[in-house]
Amino acid sequence: MNHQDINSGRVLKAPENFLSKDGIKTVFSEGKRGRRDFIRSAFAAAAAGAAVPVAMAQGNPVPVEGGDANILKLPEHTTGLGQGVATDGYGKPSKFEVNLQRRQSPGLTQTTQASVSFAPLQSLFGIVTPSGLHFERHHQGWWDIDPSKHRFMVNGMVKSPKVFTMDEIMRLPSVSRFHFIECGANTAAEWGNVAVPTVQYTHGMLSCSEFTGVPLITLLELAGADLKNGKFVLAEGGDGSSMTRTIPMSLILSGEVIVAYGQNGEMLRPENGYPLRLVVPGVQGVSWVKYLRRVEVGDKPYAAKDEAIHYIDLQPDGTHRQYTNLQECKSVVTTPSGGQVLLDKGFYNITGLAWSGKGKIKKVDVSVDGGRNWRQARLETPVLSKALTRFNIDWVWNGKPALIQSRAADDTGFVQPTYKQLRAARGTRSIYHNNAIQSWLVQENGEIKNVQLS
Amino acid sequence: MFSFRKEILAVALMAVAGWASAQGTGKYPGVGRDATPKEVAAWDIDVRPDFKGLPAGSGTVAKGQDVWETKCAHCHGVFGESNEVFSPLIGGTSADDVKTGRVAKLMDPTGGRTTLMKVATLSTVWDYINRAMPWTAPKSLTTEEVYAVTAFLLNLGGVVPENFTLSDKNIAEVQARMPNRNGMQTKHAMWPGNEFGGVKKADTANVACMKNCATEPTVASFLPDFARNAHGNLLEQNRIVGPQRGADTTKPESKAVGASGASVPAVVVPAAPAAKSAPEASGADNKAAIALTAKNSCTACHGMSNKIVGPSFADIAKKHAGKADYLAGKIKAGGTGVWGPVPMPAQTLSDAEAKTIAVWLAAGAGK
Repeated sequence: MNHQDINSGRVLKAPENFLSKDGIKTVFSEGKRGRRDFIRSAFAAAAAGAAVPVAMAQGNPVPVEGGDANILKLPEHTTGLGQGVATDGYGKPSKFEVNLQRRQSPGLTQTTQASVSFAPLQSLFGIVTPSGLHFERHHQGWWDIDPSKHRFMVNGMVKSPKVFTMDEIMRLPSVSRFHFIECGANTAAEWGNVAVPTVQYTHGMLSCSEFTGVPLITLLELAGADLKNGKFVLAEGGDGSSMTRTIPMSLILSGEVIVAYGQNGEMLRPENGYPLRLVVPGVQGVSWVKYLRRVEVGDKPYAAKDEAIHYIDLQPDGTHRQYTNLQECKSVVTTPSGGQVLLDKGFYNITGLAWSGKGKIKKVDVSVDGGRNWRQARLETPVLSKALTRFNIDWVWNGKPALIQSRAADDTGFVQPTYKQLRAARGTRSIYHNNAIQSWLVQENGEIKNVQLS
Repeated sequence: MFSFRKEILAVALMAVAGWASAQGTGKYPGVGRDATPKEVAAWDIDVRPDFKGLPAGSGTVAKGQDVWETKCAHCHGVFGESNEVFSPLIGGTSADDVKTGRVAKLMDPTGGRTTLMKVATLSTVWDYINRAMPWTAPKSLTTEEVYAVTAFLLNLGGVVPENFTLSDKNIAEVQARMPNRNGMQTKHAMWPGNEFGGVKKADTANVACMKNCATEPTVASFLPDFARNAHGNLLEQNRIVGPQRGADTTKPESKAVGASGASVPAVVVPAAPAAKSAPEASGADNKAAIALTAKNSCTACHGMSNKIVGPSFADIAKKHAGKADYLAGKIKAGGTGVWGPVPMPAQTLSDAEAKTIAVWLAAGAGK
């Protein structure tokens, strides 16, 4: 990026009263004389008392009083006594963070019990989703189930069907692993055209947590499961819909599938399946059955409602792809992103998330010219298999329109597709598994739009 | 002496027993126990495409229609066609599809999709009605009712005649008439294993070009201006500090450089939390009534201030102010016609609970 491209000046209105009376006079007089950069010179005069020239406008200009009131006038929290310990036995985010909410997409569903809420990816850092902001997908409403009454059953092709209490499951050797969970319908609204404004609604059915629990294979072995002929496992929830999904035995045998009770150091949240849910790394969220009450070992797939009516991918030839479980390699820039406004020209850290259901992220490239030229982003550690990976890259915005994209590749060599490539393979009516490269248009006025390119 | 030996023997036996039971659970003694047949029967309700798990029984189309009209139609429409609450179940299939097993309308790029257009396996329909329906009282249907409702839906879809009785004996024959029975495929690389054969290679193959890549960076799709505020004010959906803010979408966007309508106020006040579907009540009575509406699943069809399937609580309160007894009766008995053609089923809550809700509604449905 050529730094000489960068002109000074805030793109957006500065806070009111940032000019002194003298400054205002200058603005008006210079304005009358038709000077295009009158704001800047007036600003410089205001900032530096007409003595020192200021090359670039600042978001935090030195006020005419000679200092920032937030520094000069000691605030109450510096001069008073603060609150005591355990004021709140379970701490909450700052009141200033209240804008970070999971939200429904208006008009998407008619009920709140068979619905989704989207995580505010545009305001999150790192790779872990705070549990209270984890996206939600319920099929018949959520429950807060008494863990002392919850039971887990293993039956089907087993030597002896077993039941376990939570006490017993939590006695077994546990593992803790970071994994992303993404709804198969994430980004579904965008298959044909742009439909929603922000990354919360385009990509917010995505979260990542550290899950703690027992590998499912341990529990299958305890029941004496026929692991040779039992090629499929049905997982079933204990909620009203008693959601069922067919789980690939190959993943269970690898030890990756976990019967989880822990999430980010505490128990699962009720909205996320308390007290027990299945964790199926790399596979779409619908398979991560919540309120898990039973698994059944079988020799055939089950064609459950959510693998025979929904979560099937319509192809251009009129057939549906069934049992499309994997979440292929995908990424998205989370800031700057749609619906946001850049405050100034100048330096920005473009940041985003990349993930693959097949393994680790190997590389993320970022373009600011709509995909003509790309630069490799920094991958922040940890880079974990089937977990979100955070990427960052420096960018200096020159005030001109920019098209920001990210493109991830995983360690199988797979590179995230463009919309053109994805539509050529699957048409536009697939609903599920849209992993196309996302484009954000930064306009000259600083406002960013969700766009798709030809 | 004799008794001493007996005790020794008893301890030895106990030790053997303890060992045996520990062995019984293999590597992790003391964890888990055998499920009883009764327990397995209570939970193992799934039905597979080959109808493994299907209980014996039968149900007629006529019986299914009765069940449908009292327990299903208020969400799914009288003919399973309704798009008001859930996606339509029936429609879009033809007699020809029943012959071919492929729904022709799925080729129509402008058409919607009903359940019957998509589903290839009849077991799926039976299983889901049995495990999850009706919406507010899942698993309350008898086996006969599940057969009957399934038969009724199949009749609506032209798969079976109206004098048909669906049973475990003939369900496989009906499966052979499912309109989209040949419409599924697993020729893709998105199942993590070889269980379906599938294909190894992904269906897209992008290449990570870095410089002067062939592309047409022209914008082809974006949100129209009228949708600017459709998802709420985006200013209130972003953090109030950091390198960027949310755009103020309550104001039109300025096209002029450096004068965006999406200005950033000097002081940004955090927005109110996202609207909740059941706001907290201030009065204890209100709170109790609202809790009852949630407990009894009234909120599945009635919003606090928005119409869902039925009218909002606020609208009911307005129309029937002061009429607590009338409302209590209506809650218990159900009805149709007052608010439109969608019937409200009779509710099974207690008189006291109905009264509490009715009094709250009659008093204005306050929060």
